[in-house]
Amino acid sequence: MKLHEYQAKELMSQYEVPIPEGRVAYFPYDAWMVAMELGFPVVLKAQVLTGGRGKAGGVKIAKTADEARDIAQELFGKTLVTAQTGPQGVKVRKLLVEKVSSIKRELYFSITIDRTIGKPVVIASKRGGMSIEEVSELYPEDIIKIPIDPAVGFLPYQIRRLKYDLDLVEQEKEISRIVSNLYKLFMDKDCSLLEMNPLVVTDTNHLVALDAKIEIDDNAIFRRKEIAKMRDLTEYDPDELEARFAGLNFIKLDGDIGCMVNGAGLAMATMDVIKFAGGNPANFLDVGGEATPDTIAKGFEIITRDPKVKAIFINIFGGIVRCDKVANGILQALKTVEVKVPIVVRLTGMNKEEGMEMLKNSGLAFSVAQDIKEAAHMITQITKPKKEENQTTKETNKKEK
Amino acid sequence: MAIAVYKTSRVIVQGITGKEGRYHALACRDYGTKVVGGVTPGKGGSDVDGIPVFNTVEEAVQKTNPNVSLIFVPPPFAADAILEAVGSGIKIIVCITEGIPVLDMVKVKRVIEKEGIILIGPNCPGIITPDASKIGIMPGHIFKRGSIGIISRSGTLLYETADQISKVGLGQSTCLGIGGDPIVGTDYIFWLERFEQDPETEAIMIVGEIGGDAEEKAAEYIKAHVTKPVFAFVAGASAPKGRRMGHAGAIIMGKKGTVESKYNALKEAGVHIIENPGYIGETIYKTLKEKYHFSI
Repeated sequence: MKLHEYQAKELMSQYEVPIPEGRVAYFPYDAWMVAMELGFPVVLKAQVLTGGRGKAGGVKIAKTADEARDIAQELFGKTLVTAQTGPQGVKVRKLLVEKVSSIKRELYFSITIDRTIGKPVVIASKRGGMSIEEVSELYPEDIIKIPIDPAVGFLPYQIRRLKYDLDLVEQEKEISRIVSNLYKLFMDKDCSLLEMNPLVVTDTNHLVALDAKIEIDDNAIFRRKEIAKMRDLTEYDPDELEARFAGLNFIKLDGDIGCMVNGAGLAMATMDVIKFAGGNPANFLDVGGEATPDTIAKGFEIITRDPKVKAIFINIFGGIVRCDKVANGILQALKTVEVKVPIVVRLTGMNKEEGMEMLKNSGLAFSVAQDIKEAAHMITQITKPKKEENQTTKETNKKEK
Repeated sequence: MAIAVYKTSRVIVQGITGKEGRYHALACRDYGTKVVGGVTPGKGGSDVDGIPVFNTVEEAVQKTNPNVSLIFVPPPFAADAILEAVGSGIKIIVCITEGIPVLDMVKVKRVIEKEGIILIGPNCPGIITPDASKIGIMPGHIFKRGSIGIISRSGTLLYETADQISKVGLGQSTCLGIGGDPIVGTDYIFWLERFEQDPETEAIMIVGEIGGDAEEKAAEYIKAHVTKPVFAFVAGASAPKGRRMGHAGAIIMGKKGTVESKYNALKEAGVHIIENPGYIGETIYKTLKEKYHFSI
C-alpha cells in the first residue's frame, strides 16, 4: 500500500525527521491560506499515488498567495498522465503546499527489502534529486548499499560510513538521528519501501526530507490498524476495489478478452497465451482458492461492466478448488448476472469430468476447450475481426508445425 | 531416486485441524504420503481421521519422529510456526500459507540460513515426488513418475506444466513450487544443484514469473554448473509495469524483473526458452527427442 507524500512526511515527522513546513490543500482557497501562513515562495505538489508527477506537471512554485490559488485551481481536477498511470492518468484531489527550502546539496536515501538476500538494505547516494535507477546506470560508484542484519539492527559503524560517504561530517548528529529513526520507522510500520529523494542540505547546513515516499507491506496491514486508516480509497480503481472486497485479485487492462483464472501464475500465463494467439486481455483476474458462486458472479459482473469486452475466457486448474465446484459456481452465477458475450471454458485438474459434464448439460452456450492453447485459439477467433480469420489460422498452423 | 521427499518421508501437518489443513492432510495421506501427526495448539490429544494431534511440534517430534513439516497456519502466526518447526529439529519445512508479512520472513530467513533448513515456500503449492510422496496441495493425479524435474514459482502454473508434460507421455522426478512471495526459503539454484545430481532427473523445467532476479541468478548458475537440458517459461510477458500481478513478488520495478531480462539471461546460459505457455509439453518432448535423442 502506497502512502501519499504528506502521509509519509507525517510519519517521518513523528520519528523526528525534519520535513519542510507545509499543509494539505483540498480547495484553491486552502492553498491561498496556507501560502499566506507560510510566506513565499511556496511549492504546490499534487498528492497522487504514482511516480513521475514532476515531469507530468504536478509540481509548481508560486511567488504570491494569488498565484498559489490560481495554480491550485489549475491543478485540481487536472489529470496527470505518467509512465506508471497509463493513458487514463490520475486525478489530482489534494495538494501539499510547502515552504520552498533553500538547497545546497541533494542526497538520496532509502530503505527497502533486498529479495535476494532477504534482508533490509539501506541505499544512499550523494546524487539525489534524480531517479536512483538513473544514478545506478550513470554513476554506479556513487551508490552506497548497506545490508542490515535484522537481529542486530542498523549499527553505529554503518551510520558512520554514511556520514563520511555522504560528506555529512558537519551534520553528524542529525544524520545519525534521522537514519536510525527511519530504520525504526521502517521496522515499526512494516514498510516495504521508505525513500527520501531528495534529502537536502539547506543553506543553513541542516538536513530536510524534501520528498518522501513510503510503501507498506500489504501482507502486514492487518497488524497496522493506524496505517490501514490512511488508505486513500479515491486513488484506487473502483472495479479493483470492489474485486478486492469480494476476495478477488483484479487488475484492469485495455484489451477485449475478459479473463477469469485461478492462481496468479496461471492468470498471468493465460494473458500471455492470449497475446501469443493474437488477442488482447481486458484484465488480470485471480479468483483464488475459493471459487464460490458469489465470487464468480462478482467476477462476471466486473468483467462485463467493461463495454470493450467481447468474450470471456475461464481457465481453471483444479487443485485446491475442485472443477465441479467451479462449474456449479459458474452456473449459479449466470443465474444472477447476465453475460451477453461468448464464454470459452477450460476446466482441468481435480474432478474435471464432473465439471465439464455439468457445463455441457446446462443447456447454456459455452465453448469448451481441452487445453490452454485450444482455448486461446477459440477465443481469439471470436474477438478478431472476421477478415483476419484466414491469416490467424495460418499463424496457428505455423506455430503447431 | 528423486530429490528431497521420498516414500519414506514422515510428515506432520501444522494447522491440521483447520479447514484446509484437514482437507490436504487427508488428501496427502490418500496419495500415499506418510502423514504421522498434526499440530494445533489447544487441540492436543484429539485426532484427525486417525492422525494424532499434538499441542506442540516438540511433542509431535518426540512421539511420531517426522522429518518434514507441512504448514497451513494463518498468516499472522505462520512465521512462528515455521520457527517452531526449526526449533524442534525438523529439517524440511513446506509452508503453504499465503500472505505472511515480509518482515516476519526476514527473521525466518535469517534463522533457516543459520540452521541449514530447507524451507519450501511460503505461498507455494508444496513438493511432490510422483507415486512416492505428495507434500502439498497439488492435485496428485496429474503427475506421472518420470525424468523431468520442475521448479516453479507459481502453484497453478506448476500444475499446468506438469499436466502438459504428463500428457505428451513424459513424467516428473520431483516437482515443487518455491513460492510467490518476495522472500522465500529456497531459490532455483538450491534445487538446480539437487536435480543436477539426481540420477533419475534427465531434464529440468523452470517456471518463472516477472519480478525479482531469481531467474537471472539461476541462469548464472546453470551456465557454470548444470549439464542436463534445462527449459524455461517465464509468466508475465503481457503484464503491465509497476503492477503487482497477484503474487506479492510478481512486479516489474523500472527495468528490473521483466520477462526480457530473464529470457536474455537464460538464453545466454543455453536454456531452451518456451515463450508460449500453451506449448510447454510439446516443446520439451520434441527437443528431448530430436536434439538430445531421448528414446521417448
